Amino acid sequence: MNQSTAESKKKSKRKFITPKTAPYIFIAPAVILFIIFTVYPVVQSLILSFQTSSGGVSTFAGLDNYRRLFNDPLFYKALGNTFTILIIQVPIMLTIAVLLAVLMNSALLKMRAFFRIAFFMPAITALVAYAIVFMIMLDENYGLVNYALSLVGIDPIAWLNDPFWAKVSLIVAVTWRWTGYNMVIFLAGLQNISNDLYEAASIDGAGKIRQFFSITLPQLKPIFLFTFVLSTIGTLQLFDEPFILTGGGPNNSTLTISLYLYINGFRYFDFNYASAIAYILVIIIALLSWFQMKVVGDKDD
Amino acid sequence: MTNNKNKTTTILKKIGLYTLLGIGVFLSMFPFYWMFIGATNPSGAIFSMPPNLVPGDHFFENLRNLNENVGIWRVIMNSLIITLTFTVVSVMICSAAGFAFAKYQFKGRDPIFFMLLLAIMIPYHVTLIPLFELMANVGWLNTYQAVILPHLAYPFAIFLMRQNMRSIPNSLLEAARVDGAGEMRIFFTVVLPTMRPALAAVAIFLFMFQWNNFLWPLVVLGDSSMYTLPVALSSLVGMSRIDYGQIMLGTTLSTLPIMVFFLLLQRQFISGILGGSVKE
Repeated sequence: MNQSTAESKKKSKRKFITPKTAPYIFIAPAVILFIIFTVYPVVQSLILSFQTSSGGVSTFAGLDNYRRLFNDPLFYKALGNTFTILIIQVPIMLTIAVLLAVLMNSALLKMRAFFRIAFFMPAITALVAYAIVFMIMLDENYGLVNYALSLVGIDPIAWLNDPFWAKVSLIVAVTWRWTGYNMVIFLAGLQNISNDLYEAASIDGAGKIRQFFSITLPQLKPIFLFTFVLSTIGTLQLFDEPFILTGGGPNNSTLTISLYLYINGFRYFDFNYASAIAYILVIIIALLSWFQMKVVGDKDD
Repeated sequence: MTNNKNKTTTILKKIGLYTLLGIGVFLSMFPFYWMFIGATNPSGAIFSMPPNLVPGDHFFENLRNLNENVGIWRVIMNSLIITLTFTVVSVMICSAAGFAFAKYQFKGRDPIFFMLLLAIMIPYHVTLIPLFELMANVGWLNTYQAVILPHLAYPFAIFLMRQNMRSIPNSLLEAARVDGAGEMRIFFTVVLPTMRPALAAVAIFLFMFQWNNFLWPLVVLGDSSMYTLPVALSSLVGMSRIDYGQIMLGTTLSTLPIMVFFLLLQRQFISGILGGSVKE
């Protein structure tokens, strides 16, 4: 009797975690956390964006926040700045990354591991840390960069205090941080291209440059898409660098969407308006990602 | 003669190649060198003309000042506790979920997985404000758990674990079942040990994410004794009289451990930071 209860106990314990129930137990922690900390806030944020609150009382306000957003010159400025940085920075960075990857893939190169470490190093630094270092290097009066320029007879540039140069500084900083990262992705892609393609091309008399355009670039297309989507999403969320380097200035010339969201949410504590900004950001990212995949995907057919 | 000509062009090509890459290495590495120089010099020396490019003897003074201003040891400890706890727990949660999605048939699997994938595309700014309200309501502002909890179920990490775990042969799992191992035991003694490289890559990815995380800790940690390194560093920049020696030491302290770790484990690191998209 005793033995059989022990056995049935053992059985019922076994029964609780069976191959049928096990997957639910395995995903439970992730799903519960995901619902509380992602699904709930995403929904709540949408609700907040349709409300206004004063004195702790929230009332439904329809599209008021969005209407206000579309009449807000600073929002357009933030949008414009973010897209300017996106349109200029991402192509420059990806071009340098591909060219570096091609050089790194050269058969003549020794010590490839060393170069790879050196180029990848910026990608492991904290965003805040490197932004601070750049801030000091780009100082108008005493910065290292202006000193170096003075050696070749160039007058000091107001890197962080001029609306145009502040954008340039941001672009330079972001490019420094992420080029090596993208280069490593491209390098892995290059190493997957079959050598036969190049051999066949040289037999046909195609030169190196021709080979680059007619073999290398087309073969790298999926990787371009991957890095392009990643960089686009990253740039649209740009926050740490403008926050540290320029604080969005001068004259809001480096105000990004994320920074504007932060300022409205946590300096003015206008959670409703900030939520509307967040949702516009979601829509932009969704549209752009869809568009990029569509454009590149269609050419495949 | 053609042989000779080939040799010279090869040498010229080599010179060009190494010059270009050398310039790249210089641009890429110089800020690090300069950061170390700054960390050992007084604030004024960083802005001297011509610039000071040799290490100074102000390391300990900078350290003392930095500790007076932000309590750097406390800040480093905060960063370590948050990052390590987060990484260990998140790896467990994400690999368990990844295993279920990869190796079991169950109702709701595909829709749930699709929801997670969708979340990869969502910028985390959207969750910022409701999460802040949530943490404020339960009284968790200025706590470790407020920083740790929201990203534990990291969709990209779950996705990566699932992709990697699909390569586990079903026969291995079946054999363990025939031997009488329960599902939990299979996960801990069969699955996790065979997945070590993937676990390392995902752990590094998660570690770097949390170590560098700035916006969320900035929002949720208002008390300077709870600051993480990035938040403490940004608070130094905001001070009215900025002491650059201190700041450079602070950035060095936040970068150096990762750098050493990176040099030791560079292959795992690269594959980890790239989210396992590059395997070697």
